[in-house]
Amino acid sequence: MTVDSVVEAEIIPIAPTPIVGVVPDALTVDNLDLAYRVRGHDRQVLRSVSFRIGRGESYGLVGESGCGKSTVALAAVRYLPRNGHIRNGRILVDDRDLMSLDDGALRQLRASTVSMVYQDPGRALNPSLKIGRQMSEIFELKGESKNDSFDLSAQMLMRVQIADPLPVLDRYPHQLSGGMQQRVAIAMALSIDPKLLILDEPTTGLDATVEAEVLDLIAKLRGELATSVLFISHNLAVIARMCDRVGVLYAGTLVEEGTTAEVFHQPRHPYTVGLLRCLPRRGRRKDHGRLDTIPGFLPAPGAKITGCVFAPRCGLADDHCRSVEPELYKLGFRRSRCHYHDRAPDLPRATPSDLPTAVAIDRRQQPVLRTTRLAKTFGAGDRHVRALTDVSLELWPGETLGLVGESGSGKTTFARLLMGLVAPDTANSIELDGKALAGRIDSRGPESIKALQIVFQNPDSALNRARSVKNLVGRALAKLAKVPRGQRMERLLALTRAVRLADRYLPARPRQLSGGLKQRVAIARAFAGDPRIVVCDEPTSALDVSVQAAILNLLADLQAERRVSYIFISHDLGTVRYLSDRIAVLYLGRLMEIGPAERVFSGPHHPYTEALLSAVPALDGQTRDRVRLEGEIPSAINPPSGCVFHTRCPRCLGDICRKVEPPLLSADPEHGIRCHIPADELGRAEA
Amino acid sequence: MSVATEVSGATETASTRSARAERLRLLLRSPTFLFGMFVLLFWIGCALIGAQLVPVDPYADDMMNILAPPSADHWFGTDSLGRDVFGRVITGSRDILTIAPLATLLGTVLGTALGLVTGYFRGVIDDAISRLVEAVLALPLVITALLALVALGTSSVTVVVVIGLVFAPIIARTVRSAVLLERGLDYVAAAKLRGEGSAYIMFVEILPNVMPPILVEATVRLGYAIFTVATLSFLGFGIQPPSPDWGLAISESYGMINGGFWWTVLFDALAIASLVVAVNLVADAIHGVFET
Repeated sequence: MTVDSVVEAEIIPIAPTPIVGVVPDALTVDNLDLAYRVRGHDRQVLRSVSFRIGRGESYGLVGESGCGKSTVALAAVRYLPRNGHIRNGRILVDDRDLMSLDDGALRQLRASTVSMVYQDPGRALNPSLKIGRQMSEIFELKGESKNDSFDLSAQMLMRVQIADPLPVLDRYPHQLSGGMQQRVAIAMALSIDPKLLILDEPTTGLDATVEAEVLDLIAKLRGELATSVLFISHNLAVIARMCDRVGVLYAGTLVEEGTTAEVFHQPRHPYTVGLLRCLPRRGRRKDHGRLDTIPGFLPAPGAKITGCVFAPRCGLADDHCRSVEPELYKLGFRRSRCHYHDRAPDLPRATPSDLPTAVAIDRRQQPVLRTTRLAKTFGAGDRHVRALTDVSLELWPGETLGLVGESGSGKTTFARLLMGLVAPDTANSIELDGKALAGRIDSRGPESIKALQIVFQNPDSALNRARSVKNLVGRALAKLAKVPRGQRMERLLALTRAVRLADRYLPARPRQLSGGLKQRVAIARAFAGDPRIVVCDEPTSALDVSVQAAILNLLADLQAERRVSYIFISHDLGTVRYLSDRIAVLYLGRLMEIGPAERVFSGPHHPYTEALLSAVPALDGQTRDRVRLEGEIPSAINPPSGCVFHTRCPRCLGDICRKVEPPLLSADPEHGIRCHIPADELGRAEA
Repeated sequence: MSVATEVSGATETASTRSARAERLRLLLRSPTFLFGMFVLLFWIGCALIGAQLVPVDPYADDMMNILAPPSADHWFGTDSLGRDVFGRVITGSRDILTIAPLATLLGTVLGTALGLVTGYFRGVIDDAISRLVEAVLALPLVITALLALVALGTSSVTVVVVIGLVFAPIIARTVRSAVLLERGLDYVAAAKLRGEGSAYIMFVEILPNVMPPILVEATVRLGYAIFTVATLSFLGFGIQPPSPDWGLAISESYGMINGGFWWTVLFDALAIASLVVAVNLVADAIHGVFET
């Protein structure tokens, strides 16, 4: 840390804020050094972090997991875990020094000036109190009477666009959907009319369409109230949409700061540059070449760092970077902690973009997989859930079929049916290479077991934590590929090298590996028996952006080398688009649209697909004409009549949609849309 | 501790130490564990080599010197047959420290197998075995053991088997709940998807991951087993004379307390108490390290 950064933090001019002058900043973090004490040793997690949030301003903090984002948020309300302590620096909330406040004053501040919304609203709300009770508490604390408090709570819920607040007030948190819970949490946070609202990944656990609604709501509320916002997210696009200014955190250090547009369009720090390149953006696809990655790993917390914190992973770093810590250089209204900030945009690629040899897909061939009216009903008696209804599709060798849809759409059920972990309602609805496949894994032959493998979403759950990498992959080779003991080591090394896993990780156990490495082990295991089809069930959703890019590259490379087919399940349309040749859109267990990836994205498309696409925030921060869905995703226990989407469809035609389930109509031979509106009309209305 | 996981989860090899070594290190830093282990090892040592160390043969009676109070020759005095109480206390742990661990081991092995099967298969097997387990859980340990010993005749083997059988369902219940959590994880699905059999999945995939709760439960059970064996011996159905067993010694001598011959009972009672407390301290420490 340098003396310069202290001085600078105080004199730096801030990009235009709505109110300038004597009004104090909502939050000033000044040269903050923070450490967690773990087993008698201080592990520094924040290093001289300085930033300020002006009145009415919305400030975003981005960074990958472990960068210290949440720690900043907790420090801003002085609610650090017991082992966390501030070693240096100041935090001013509304011009009051947080460190000098006694307990009473601190409580007063939390009750009147700052409030926080957490990632998981289901855990932030008290499960044993009705919404009305827990909301009223806030007003009662401010001295309102019981009746007034209840009325005020209802008004707050109206503010967060809950049109009919009374039934909501009478419910327990678990009776509300995730989106509704988060609205309640936001309403509660705003009840004290805070000067500073801290949002810590407020939409991360929500579905895309619900996320879009919540983000719209926050944007609207910001316009109405003069609240300043500290918005924390790992999602660059969400920050781009929500924030005026943004700070990029890396390993507890603020590496770049500026207005959102500047930082995302002309990044001046290699980390920001790398992060942006990792994202599959602007319709980038696997045949356009590999994604760039950020090599290496985040330094361990508390590691001794000399020079620039990013130097070990930076393509521009030289000896100067490795020995001298860069100051936070001031560049107009922005700051960058890089010696070579002017050269940052020219950061050399870490991964060559050369194309993996594209796999030619011959659709005259027999498909490797065909499902015919595949359906699954869970439960028995009158309470049954149709998790999947009549899904018919085909998958050709070497092809990737993307499966998209919100939670409850049947994506995972589809995967589990293919794998034989659950049995379909009717036998013989799955064909592998033209031959009927037994429903359950127990009755499948070794060849079909080998042919179908899966990469699970969460490698922590998918890898047995008691086993070493060598054992995990070796067992799969023994069981699936029937490799004799003598050749096993050789094949093992070939396989782990194919997934770019260094040999030194072989004796490691899963908990000693990072998320990306764990997922590589899982991929190696899936490829042990040279499968025909690999189901990838959200394989990158638990990973950071830079790691995600490397995994997507790996999957594309393996496909090119081995002509394997993928069923790629994801809620992230960017990654689906990057990897998929064709895309299938599911809603409430029904196939709403299927077709070549480009046509599904460019349209004409199903109204639901349209809504999904426009729900994704764009990195350029521009709000397109959004198609917003009304209401909640209906329950699969009691799905709507006719077209299951009619309850939320912005283009519902009326009776026909409510009564008649539309057929999967072909817009052209390869592109099917389940909608009563003819394809050409669907296309026209959008143009 | 969300913050701690955030801090340690992000790095490549934040902890190169294995989980086992880390737990051992924590245990060795726990005073509870160290003290309990010290006492336990003391009694184990006595059981192994105590007979060679004691100055007077614990089995030798001396009719000229019965019920002598503690003295330089007999540190803890002598009992009603004139046998040296000190020697008998020191060597008295031998039988109980054989029978109690064996019974615990039997119960743990049986209980683990039962718990794995019920937790893994669920369904009808689970329902049937679980009802049975609940029935056994309702039986009072000492009375059941007493009845079995009366019916089958007193022998050490019977004691081991009866205590083991009564413990098995208790351990099974603990194992079952741990297995229920594990079987929901994807690695179990992954094992099925490469064609592993149920036995392999239960004993090779799942078992190592449910060892911590099994270990905790087993140490807790060991404490109860010691207590039960001592009780049975006191009642005359456990360890048989002329063993210097503590429970047995108390039952032979408790009538003398009124006569003021306190030394015939006190030292044996203290010995039992110290052993049970030591095992419980160890169990507590292990529980603390594994369950957090």
